[in-house]
Amino acid sequence: MRRPERRSLWGLTVASGLSPGRFVADCDGRIDLVDLAQIGAPIVADDKFRDRSVLISCNRQLPAVLAMLALDGVARRILLCPPDLSPVHLPAVIAEAAVDMIISDGTGPAAQPIDGIERVAPGPSGPGGDRSRATEWLLFTSGTTGRPKAVVHTLDSLTGPLDDGLAVASDAVWSTFYDVRRYGGLTILFRALLGGASMVLSHAGEALPEFFGRAGQAGVTHISGTPSHWRRALMSPGVEAFAPRYIRLSGEVADQAILNNLRLAFPGADVAHAFASTEAGFAFDVRDGLAGFPANLIGQAGGKAELRVTDGSLRIRSVRTASRYAGAGGDLMDAEGFVDTGDMVERRGDRYHFVGRREGVINVGGLKVHPEEVEAVINQHPAVQMARVRGRSSPITGAIVVADIVVRSTVARSFQTTRDEILAACRLALPPHKVPAMVYEVASLNIAASGKLVRERA
Amino acid sequence: MSTRSVILDEIVRIAEQQKKKLAPLTDDLPLLGSGLDSLCIAVLVATLDDTLGIDPFDRDGDVPFPVTIGDFISLYENAPA
Repeated sequence: MRRPERRSLWGLTVASGLSPGRFVADCDGRIDLVDLAQIGAPIVADDKFRDRSVLISCNRQLPAVLAMLALDGVARRILLCPPDLSPVHLPAVIAEAAVDMIISDGTGPAAQPIDGIERVAPGPSGPGGDRSRATEWLLFTSGTTGRPKAVVHTLDSLTGPLDDGLAVASDAVWSTFYDVRRYGGLTILFRALLGGASMVLSHAGEALPEFFGRAGQAGVTHISGTPSHWRRALMSPGVEAFAPRYIRLSGEVADQAILNNLRLAFPGADVAHAFASTEAGFAFDVRDGLAGFPANLIGQAGGKAELRVTDGSLRIRSVRTASRYAGAGGDLMDAEGFVDTGDMVERRGDRYHFVGRREGVINVGGLKVHPEEVEAVINQHPAVQMARVRGRSSPITGAIVVADIVVRSTVARSFQTTRDEILAACRLALPPHKVPAMVYEVASLNIAASGKLVRERA
Repeated sequence: MSTRSVILDEIVRIAEQQKKKLAPLTDDLPLLGSGLDSLCIAVLVATLDDTLGIDPFDRDGDVPFPVTIGDFISLYENAPA
């Protein structure tokens, strides 16, 4: 018998034990890991991928997972493309990551052939062996102005979170509302693959009751999502179809209401909320059922992740941090290796609480919105003197986008008309979560001494 | 106008605005099965906060999330003024 290969995702998966019954499934299919090992087929290290920079483009998640298993340790680079990436940004993304091969089943952002780039369908591939290459993993951050930014991780930084002391039985079945092409989903997939467990993948557009049915049937025990995912889940019929033992929240601030509601709905489950970002990686989780995090996490040295608060924002230094932005993306960390998360925290007693984002970035259900990009659309309207876009707290999506507008004094028409035109323009130019939910007329907006609009924390 | 009809009118208005196709609204219909998504419901809750002055979702408490349209309306009808 061959010794399990170290370093690679497939090698570590094999090392965790390929007991019968271990599977990865999505809405349309299921693969038993032991079958993969026996047929060898899609998992064999294939020389055609060697040293290539490969973009994975599939709407479904299962073919993408198979491609990840085939590529890690062989390819130079894996670029994970979530299905919602706009094809408009594709040429720039491909250039930045020096993509020279695309694995696609004919769906996803790169569904159409691109001149000069080799295409391969996911599926069986030829023989090969060595899987010792340190493949770079490129992941998109959860939201930026305009073109999405990719950060560079390694298998080591991505599997770093597994060292957090969370005890998971080997019969566990993980699932996540996240797409596994996003950091929050990928780290859950790795927990399943490397932890000897199985995985149920979600699918964009699948109705929740169907997903719950699948999750229940597959015996999901551990499941993660954003607080907004979970609020949606609790408002959906069919949630009782499954009884997880472990519920994890991340990607947004978990307020006390969602923590309490989950405890009531799933009395048998441990509920934890984690702090992580695509750039900084997983930092810590909180398992006591209370919002915020214990103040003694700050300043502890020598742990897996070191935390500090500087100028009110949380900074993280950790082996789980991404190494850099892909392309000329600016500095990801400071000279000491700390990543500024931009999340502002405030100490109340012996706990820290998240109070919003610096620069007023608004988090709508895990999707980040920069006020400036919405203001840029609104300011194009001739009746607008000045606009300020801000977050308004929402018990459903964490926050929603609202706009305050100063109308030019020379404008005589009704504000209603102006507002309707502004909203129409926003709906044309922006995705739905960035369109202001409400537009208010205000007499004036404060300008700071610096000449900048005064922003409240979202 | 009753709380119920304010809410139902807003649901129709928001669905129109967000180009969502609404199912016939009954008390038993799941809120998320009505055609509204999470974002629409977030907009609905903020709008009702502005028009009725009520936000029954306590950020720190144990108010259960409503599953059906009927649950949602009762949350508002039973909220302390």
